[in-house]
Parts: sequence; structure tokens; C-alpha cells
Amino acid sequence: MIASIRAGRTRAVLSAGLVALAAAACAPGSSAPPAAPPARPEASAVRTDAAALGDVTLTIWDQEVRGGQAAQMKQLNAAFEAKYPNIKLNRVSRSFDDLNTTLRLALSGNEPPDVVEANNGRSSMGAFVKAGQLRPLDAYAEAYGWKKRYPESVLRYSRYSPDGKLFGEGDLYGLPQVGEVVGIFYNAAKLSKLGLGPPKTWDEFQAALAKAKEAGEVPAQLGNLDKWPAVHLFGTVQGRAVPADQISTLAFGRKGASWTTPENTRAAGQLVDWVNKGYFNKGFNGQGYDAAWQAFGKGEGVFLIAGTWLLADLEKSLGKDLGFVLPPGPTADAAPVATGGTGLPFAITAKSPHPDAAAAYIDFITNADAMKVLTATGNLPVADTDRQTVNAGPQQDVFTAFGTATKNDGLVPYLDYATPTFADTLGAALQDLLAEKSTPEEFLATLEKDYKTFADSNG
Amino acid sequence: MTTGTRPRRRAGPGTGHPPGEPRRVAYLYLLPAFVVYAAFLLYPIGRAVHLSLYEWDGLTLGRWAGLANYAAIAADEGLRAAFGHALVLIVFYALAPLAIGLVLAAILNHAKVRGLGFFRTVVFLPQVVAMVVVAVAWRRVYAPDGTLNDLLGAVGLDALTRGWLGDHAFALPAVGVVGTWFETGLVTVLLLAGMSRVPVELYEAARLDGAGAVKEFFAVTLPSVRGEIAVALTLTVIAALRTFDLVYITTRGGPGDSTSVPSYEIYHRAFGLGQVGSAAAIGVTLTVVIFAISLVINRFADRRES
Repeated sequence: MIASIRAGRTRAVLSAGLVALAAAACAPGSSAPPAAPPARPEASAVRTDAAALGDVTLTIWDQEVRGGQAAQMKQLNAAFEAKYPNIKLNRVSRSFDDLNTTLRLALSGNEPPDVVEANNGRSSMGAFVKAGQLRPLDAYAEAYGWKKRYPESVLRYSRYSPDGKLFGEGDLYGLPQVGEVVGIFYNAAKLSKLGLGPPKTWDEFQAALAKAKEAGEVPAQLGNLDKWPAVHLFGTVQGRAVPADQISTLAFGRKGASWTTPENTRAAGQLVDWVNKGYFNKGFNGQGYDAAWQAFGKGEGVFLIAGTWLLADLEKSLGKDLGFVLPPGPTADAAPVATGGTGLPFAITAKSPHPDAAAAYIDFITNADAMKVLTATGNLPVADTDRQTVNAGPQQDVFTAFGTATKNDGLVPYLDYATPTFADTLGAALQDLLAEKSTPEEFLATLEKDYKTFADSNG
Repeated sequence: MTTGTRPRRRAGPGTGHPPGEPRRVAYLYLLPAFVVYAAFLLYPIGRAVHLSLYEWDGLTLGRWAGLANYAAIAADEGLRAAFGHALVLIVFYALAPLAIGLVLAAILNHAKVRGLGFFRTVVFLPQVVAMVVVAVAWRRVYAPDGTLNDLLGAVGLDALTRGWLGDHAFALPAVGVVGTWFETGLVTVLLLAGMSRVPVELYEAARLDGAGAVKEFFAVTLPSVRGEIAVALTLTVIAALRTFDLVYITTRGGPGDSTSVPSYEIYHRAFGLGQVGSAAAIGVTLTVVIFAISLVINRFADRRES
């Protein structure tokens, strides 16, 4: 009895302690200083003479860990340190996933890195802007002439309103090095065996799919187990059916558009139609993304709708048989519309004590010389793309495609930018649609609900 | 509660105190362990509960939300489905391995197989391999051009081949079977240890009473390993409820939302969407569910034992 009373008392003391503990801890996030409106220096107030900034150490977090990405970063960093011996670079590179999950914590600390590569989307860059953790770069853009270097259709992927609510307009918060666009990879050898050339119109493309099916080929490779690959596929189909400005409004999660339109219904219907006609490999919803493009690389499949980031890997296995075109429009000379964007933009943290040196660094890794280094290391530079000389063949195809798309402002944003939850909503909804667990109407209603809920609450 | 009714323990000579050092000193001995326990377990749990009462994006100042996060969990159809999937996984992670493990262990124990150590190692092997590696391997097995479909094709069952993890009906069972494969070894080895302790005399007695192998299993073996069964169930049920890596690697909750599980949602909300409060609330809920189920299992085992 005593024992039980004692135990009871101990428990009471313990729980009282816990309650006190909880009460003593204040609201989460309060240890970080309140989000002060980040400084907005005038162009005249920023310094661009990096050599005169004194001894500075810049800490940089990037995700350039793979092949050509790592090579260009190493080369450019070495060149920067050679040119400005007063500025030391402390480079921390992590894989994309690692960077994404650790950046949030790093930025809320008291000594965040100076330069960070932050994903463009709302839950990364948007959230950081809202929290006042990134520095608006407009003054530097003015001083360094970044707006002449980059087309607006590229810069807008790093623009947010200061409260982080509006995406695609407002202040500039970062500068990317590389570009990417989703288009159609084709196997030239297989196409010519079918008596076809690269498709010049959307109808030609569909006819080629049908002909490939008849000939017993896999018309298009798709690996949708990872949920997101079909987002790029749907974006490509949607770009033929829905006006580009509507896609941009939907994809940036702004008010004033709708998913439940006849045009979107047509796009969703077309995709289902392709599934029914057997244009994709069997079991595509259970096939991994990597496995799918590797299969295409091994010669299984005539087409692969995917992004330019696969160029190097596919070229390695298919060589000269690989070709790439932007998704064609209704006519051969129609203005290009393609899902695309930039690599992760480099941003400066608000708490960095060396913003001028950081801006000089960002300028250095994105200037005309840097674009040449990027080309030489097998990357797709986001600016001056058509001024680079590359080997004829697939690399030339990709450079031409991206140059054409940016010059004509033909890039439309990734659809999963729309809302913080949209990548999931759209990915899952597309798996359902492609497995015919939902109709095009149900599919679009699901998207509309997510989009409307966010757009309305976002004001 | 007067002194008269107080049940005296072995009192020290001449004093009214229990022998040894006073209680307060005893607590001192507990202190170091308690400090570690509090710092690394109690404080994080308390903090998680605390966070779950806020609407917080992990960056800016959190806003007091009271029980709103919990209400949202209850109202969220997708999350209810995720908890449902976790319950289905219990069948694959806990019940199936228990059934298989009982049979396997009984056979291994009874037959006095030569090279028992070898078989025990083989059965236990999946436990040694990291779950991430297991998941990557099984992803290949289940691929449309993977081993499973090849096997089915080889025996003429082409009609059954499919992208297993991308099939709305089969994805969850497919993930579950990996769990069964993974947990069976642990359960078997646990049960084997329990069965080896059963005195041979009991079996002899059962034999003399005319029990066959089956009767013997239910009359002698099963009751003697009740404790091991409780331990095995507790471990595997917890593993089922907190499944994360397997789903993360194989399906990311797809196709659609047919394999979403609570742990994946916690990760996704906290690190992907920046809904830390909501993620903490799911975590606390999951903890409570796990605690409740473990309690039931152990109560059940205790009562039968006494």
C-alpha cells in the first residue's frame, strides 16, 4: 500500500515535472530572432569590387555532387579563389535530398552558411523567404547586370513576394547555373526503321506512337513507381491542350485559373487514351524511374518523355542514336511550350555577414565564362545557351531545344510548384488516373480542390 | 493510515525504518540513469507533445493551435487510411511471422536437425541486413521485369505478371510480404530459444499420455513459449506500426495513396511540407497507439501466465 502510494506520488511528481517542462519551453521558433524585414540596399550601396573586401571566408552549401556537376563546381571554385585570394571558400556539398532536409535547420540557426542552393519550390525557397532568411538580390542584379544575362522566363523561378506568398513574381532571391526542359528523347535508329523522322507536330508524334505499337515496339517508356515522373508526362501533354498562361497561373498557385476546364479534361483524356492503346510499357506504375530510362537506354522503347538531365547518361548508352526535341505544337512553326525550369538557384542568407562577397561569388559562377565551363563539363548552362559550341548530335539537340524555349519564353513551370502539397496530390492522382482508378473528371476535381484551397487561403 | 495498520517490513533492530540507507539516498542511485533517460527520452517526448499543440513551419514563430492538429488528424481521410494500412501491415509483420515461426521453430526443435546452427543463421539472416538494402532488393524482385514476374512466366502464369508495387490491389500486400520475410527470422529464433528450454520430461509425459505431434505442440510447446510469443508480438507489431524505410524506398506511399503509412506522413510533413506541428501530432498519436497495443499484448500474456 505504501509502495503504491509512493509510486503514485512519484508518478504525480513526474507528470508535474513534465507539465512544468512543457510550460517552461516557450513557443517553438521563438529562440530564433523574429523575422525582421531583410535589408534592401540600393544598387549604389552594394560593393562589387570583390578583391577589395578584405579577408573573408564564405561558407557555401551546394548539392553539386554528381559527375559533371561536381566537376564544374570544383573548377569554378578554384578559379574564383585564384582570382580573389582574399576570399576563402568553405564548400559543403550534400546530395539533393540531404540538402533539402538539413537546410531548414541550418537556416534557422544563428550562423547559417553564406550561400545556399535552395530548391525553388514553396516549401523550400518560399518558406525561407517568408521566414526572412534569404536576402533579396535585386540590388546586386542591377549592379551586376543579371537581368541582361538571364531571360525573365528563367529569373521568375527565383522570384517571390517578400512575404513568400506569391511565387514567380516579386523580389529575386537566387540565381541558377543550369537549365532544364522536359521534352521527347527518341531512338533515331528505331524511328528510321519505322520509316519516320523526329516528330514535327503533335499529331505526327501520336502517329509515330501508333506506328511503333503496331510494329511491336514499346512506343514510350514510363517508370512511374516514384510517383513524380508522370507529372512531367502530364505537363507535356497539357502543354498541347491548355494555353501557356493558364498553365503558369495554375503552376505558380495563383488565383484566376481552374483545373476543371474542357482543355485540361482533354489533356487528361488523351493520357488515358494512350494507356488504353498500350503506348506505355506494361506495369509502368510499378516500374522505377531509373529502371525506365535505363531500359530506354538499352534500346527498349522508341520515345521517352523526360528532362534534359538524363542527357549524359542516355548519350553514354545510345550514342548517336539518341535524339531530343521539344514537345511539338499543333503545327511545325507553333510557339514552343515545354515544362522546364532551372537548376537549384544559389541564394544569400539574410544573416550572412558578407553579402557583397557572396554576391561576387554568385556572379562569378554564373557569368559568361562560367557558362563555358558548364558546357565543357557536360551541363546545360541556363544563359547564353545558343552561344555555346557543342558536338553535333544529342547534346546539340538539347542545347538548341533549351535555347529555343527560353528565347521564346516558352518555358512553363513544373506543375508541382503550385502548392506545398501539390507534388503529392498530383503524383498520387496521376497514378490513380493512369491505372484508371479515377476518371479524368475525378482526377481534375482532386487537383482543383488542392489548388483552390491553397490559392484562396494564400490571398 | 495509522501506524497500527501499517504492514511492517523487516525493520532494522531498534528503528522504525527499513534496513539499508534511507529512501532519499536510494533515489540518488537512480539519478544518473534517470538524467540520461529524461534527457534523451522524456524530454523529446514532452517536446513532441508540446510541438503538436502548435501550428509551426519549423522556421518562423509557431502559433498556438491547441488540439486543432489532433482534430485535423481525426478528420483527415488520407491519414485514417494510413493508420488503416499500418494495421493491415500488422497481419504481415506480426501474425504471419508468428504462425510461420511457430511451425518452423517446432520443426527445428523437434526434429533435432543436424546443422541447427546453420538453419538458425539462414532464417535469421534478413534481420542482419539493413532494411534499406532489403527494400532496394525487393523493389527489383517486384519490378515489371523483375524476378517474381520471371518466375511466374517460367511456370506459365504470365497472366498474373504485373508491376506489383504499382498495382492498387497488390502494392500493400507486396510491401507486407517483405515484412513477413524480414520478421520471420526474428520470431523463429525467439521461439526456438523458448522451446529449447522446455524440459524433455514434459514431452515424454505427453507421449506416455498418448499425445501425437500436433497435440503435443498445442499441449506442451505452445503454452511454454507464451512469454516469447508476447515478446515477439510486441517487437513485430511495433515494427509494423512504425514502418517507414520500406515504404519510403519501395512505393513512396503509392500507387495513389494505397500504401501510405503514418511514419511516412510524419517525415513528409515535417521535412517536406514544413508542417512540424501536424507531424508531431501524428507522431504522438502513433506513439499512443503503439503503447496501447503493446499494453494489450503484454496484459494478455501476463494474465494467461498467472
